[in-house]
Amino acid sequence: MAEEKTIEIEVLRYRPTEDSEPVAETFEVPFTYDTSVLQGIQYIKDYLDGSLAFRWSCRMAICGSCGMMLNGEPRLACNSFLRNYYPGKLTIEALKHFPIEKDLVIDASDFINKLESITPYIDASEPRSLDEGEYLQTPRQKARYDQFSACINCMLCYAACPQYGLDTGFTGPGILALLHRYNADSRDGARDKRMEIVNAEEGVWGCTLVGYCSEVCPKEVDPAKAVNLNKVNSTMDYFLRFVSPKKGASQ
Amino acid sequence: MSGRNPYVRPMTNWWLKNPFYIRYMVREATSVFVAVYAFILLVGLASLGKGEAAWNLWLSSLTNPAAVFFHLLAMAAALYHTVTWFKVSPKVAPPLFVGNNRVPDKLITGVQYVIAAVVYLSIFVVAWT
Repeated sequence: MAEEKTIEIEVLRYRPTEDSEPVAETFEVPFTYDTSVLQGIQYIKDYLDGSLAFRWSCRMAICGSCGMMLNGEPRLACNSFLRNYYPGKLTIEALKHFPIEKDLVIDASDFINKLESITPYIDASEPRSLDEGEYLQTPRQKARYDQFSACINCMLCYAACPQYGLDTGFTGPGILALLHRYNADSRDGARDKRMEIVNAEEGVWGCTLVGYCSEVCPKEVDPAKAVNLNKVNSTMDYFLRFVSPKKGASQ
Repeated sequence: MSGRNPYVRPMTNWWLKNPFYIRYMVREATSVFVAVYAFILLVGLASLGKGEAAWNLWLSSLTNPAAVFFHLLAMAAALYHTVTWFKVSPKVAPPLFVGNNRVPDKLITGVQYVIAAVVYLSIFVVAWT
């Protein structure tokens, strides 16, 4: 059996009806080699303080619910392990740049509203009926959007983006990466509609290529790449409208 | 009655709170050194136009220890900018394909490092000899 140790976890708590600002509270949590940070927080809720609020679901880095700041770094609590923070103290805080609803729970409405605004599905360029069969795509066409389709909407990239923190009007890394995922898909035909969001002041031009979003992404989506590719697309869109009726080229 | 009272955290000194942000700010700050260096070159060009005396004065002003110190700093800043810029360049370039496979980002960055090293060293050798 793995040896059991105890780690100090400091959680930034916020009770909306009692606190005027968040306050830190420290807990002693036992752990073994394979205890995740999420399990550590669950231990606190089960045995030390049942009022602690946090989100979680799948426990295997695919639902995107348990994003939080671990020692100041945006991470999924389920694929981070307490052993990596021992013997030091682990500080946990709700995802940066979002309003704190309670304890580790943030208000994600801004992200959800933006997600809804980008036509986040394939709007077929040439609609086909069922008897016409499936939409065909070459491996190369698939490779154009593949990595951007791995996004799990965990919002770690938003917590990593200081531009979003300074101005939440900025569309932000994750949504722009998802937007690119559909724009880069050969089956899709809604590019013109989405380019209005890309070209806006709050679109790709709000990005200054800090690049931390790509660093913290647990799915290697590389949102910074999607955003900056679209600076090129946006520029093409602007200039090519003078010479081409089809507007810019598609990447 | 709703118990909601969302708390928005301040962004004070945000860039000092994460080493990644500090490196980003340093990368951006290197542009100041590049701009000053370009201005010094421009002054040199203007003094070349004014005649021999002005040109020689500009040349001798470059041998001042403060000028040498600034140029060393500017070189370090330019090198840092080069390294970080090539590192992010695959994020700006449209996807490159060989057959059906995308060229990996590390290869794009690596090739640029090699080209930069060869060009810089060649210029250095030519200038020195």
